[in-house]
Amino acid sequence: MDPLFRIQRQARPESMLINMGPSHPAMHGTLRIMLELDAERILNAECEIGYLHRGFEKTCENRTYFNLLVYTDRLNYVSPLINNLGYAMTMEKMLGLAVPERAQLIRVLMSELSRIADHLTCLGAMAMENGAFTVFLYMMKAREFLWDVVEFTTGARMTTSYIRIGGVRADLHPGWREALAAAVAETRRVLKDVSGLLDRNSIFIGRTRGVGAISREDALSYGWTGPCLRSAGVPYDVRKAHPYLVYDRLAFEVPVGENGDNYDRYIVRMREMEQSLRLLEQVAARLPDAAPLGDGPEIEPAEAIRRSRGERATERIRLSPNLEGYEKERLPGLVATDRPVAVPAKEDAYTTMEGLIGHFLFFMNGKGIRPPKGDVYFSVEGGNGEVGFYIVSDGTDRPYRLHLRAPCFHIVSALDELIKGRLVADIIPTFGSMNMIAGELDR
Amino acid sequence: MGPETLIEAVRTKLGPAVEAVEDSFGDPVILLRADAVRPAFAALREAPFDFAVLLDLTCVDLAAAEGRFELVYHLYSLSRNVRLRLKASVPADAPAVDSLVGLWKNAEWLEREVYDMFGVRFEGHPYLRRLLTYEGFEGHPLRKSYPWRLAQPRIPLKDDA
Repeated sequence: MDPLFRIQRQARPESMLINMGPSHPAMHGTLRIMLELDAERILNAECEIGYLHRGFEKTCENRTYFNLLVYTDRLNYVSPLINNLGYAMTMEKMLGLAVPERAQLIRVLMSELSRIADHLTCLGAMAMENGAFTVFLYMMKAREFLWDVVEFTTGARMTTSYIRIGGVRADLHPGWREALAAAVAETRRVLKDVSGLLDRNSIFIGRTRGVGAISREDALSYGWTGPCLRSAGVPYDVRKAHPYLVYDRLAFEVPVGENGDNYDRYIVRMREMEQSLRLLEQVAARLPDAAPLGDGPEIEPAEAIRRSRGERATERIRLSPNLEGYEKERLPGLVATDRPVAVPAKEDAYTTMEGLIGHFLFFMNGKGIRPPKGDVYFSVEGGNGEVGFYIVSDGTDRPYRLHLRAPCFHIVSALDELIKGRLVADIIPTFGSMNMIAGELDR
Repeated sequence: MGPETLIEAVRTKLGPAVEAVEDSFGDPVILLRADAVRPAFAALREAPFDFAVLLDLTCVDLAAAEGRFELVYHLYSLSRNVRLRLKASVPADAPAVDSLVGLWKNAEWLEREVYDMFGVRFEGHPYLRRLLTYEGFEGHPLRKSYPWRLAQPRIPLKDDA
């Protein structure tokens, strides 16, 4: 039988073929690198992906536009909010929706929190694999503070499903300001500590500087985006090149590297986190406190229905604590209300016939969100680079085709090129600095 | 150069390779003839267009309604800060198109994914094999004719083979 892989066919008879992964602690989930070795030197390499393929795109074709949002959480599971955002904004482009200002600011806040968490995870893991375990612990600690802010508001750390078509699911948690201030202060401290530990650490520099270097032209040719492309000296950032949300009104810089090596990818991510912290502070200053809720007595929905046989009740309706932040008074600041693109207000659905009909029409098969026929591409800047969604609509309530442009698909496709001719030990920092996330790579 | 003049310039340069120009939610879309894909992209990559990045490549199965697969390319030009969508249609019974390997380095993986998911053959691809699924997988899962949740035969253990 012919050998299956190119590397097997091309290998010299005297060299050694060995698998690294798919089950290897440094392979961040599931990636298989086949190596042709001459002692420690890598003569040839080939990556095999797909171990986490779960048919994301096929599944989405069989789900309604509203329901498939939960699958986007599971793409880049370190920054799920940015995936939510990319999908929601693609749909908004197709539907021509205008999102309220408050929801836009909340989205920027959530995006930047996710971006920092993404970079912290990448650098923490990369440092740990190079032997700097302290850095990993420091960064995970900072990430916990950031995820506190996310968790208070969305109720989840990873599977958030918080950013919805037309806006966001609920208003921010009442204590978000204090939590955010604590997270920003803690992250600043950690970044300073990590800088002191790694920036001029000769072991770290020895394993990263000049290792895994990519030229500007190659990075573009491989379709790299995000911090990895910027480390090669190309200042391309979707937030600057094609501004979305309110990024054009906020002040931030796009740090770039020079050599495109592992060290530059580390430095670019460190500087980007500082810029994201700046953005968080600007958003916090612009974002007013949530609209106050009306006071007065609250009644149960059943009580309101009973009374509405005579005359419709005017008291506030008591909602489940799970719906905190989604009160009817707050909806105009959170979701686009000119068309039914979000879950209708529960106060109406629980107590009035029109509200219940509206609720059913939103969730019934064949009804709900039905964008016009056509296809659309939209992208946002994710933790790894350009997260793009390409959606083809045939006018029904399910996408005819949904495709994700995963940034790390393009980045990982360059891995075998970058490690050829290097030592086995160079795989670890090179692969670590790429920030491969199998959830979006394999879909 | 504004978007309209860019599209005009592309049209002039590519000549008969362009079948039509459409507008999709405000984005220009160029429909290419499938047999002219490779020279057209080679021209777009060079000055004056300078589309140095192949952002994305995917495919849409229109076999049931129109008897064709539609390949969707997204290009990005750094110097112009412009994204461009190009489409080429191939017949559904024998889908094949020229490969872009050699023009952009990520084309190798992108085309392997489309081959894997849709069964479109890329002529001139040096290593056209499945990417996300495995050797021995039957069918092309993103085709509309492939049922959702179809179970695949188990891969035999090495010792049984």
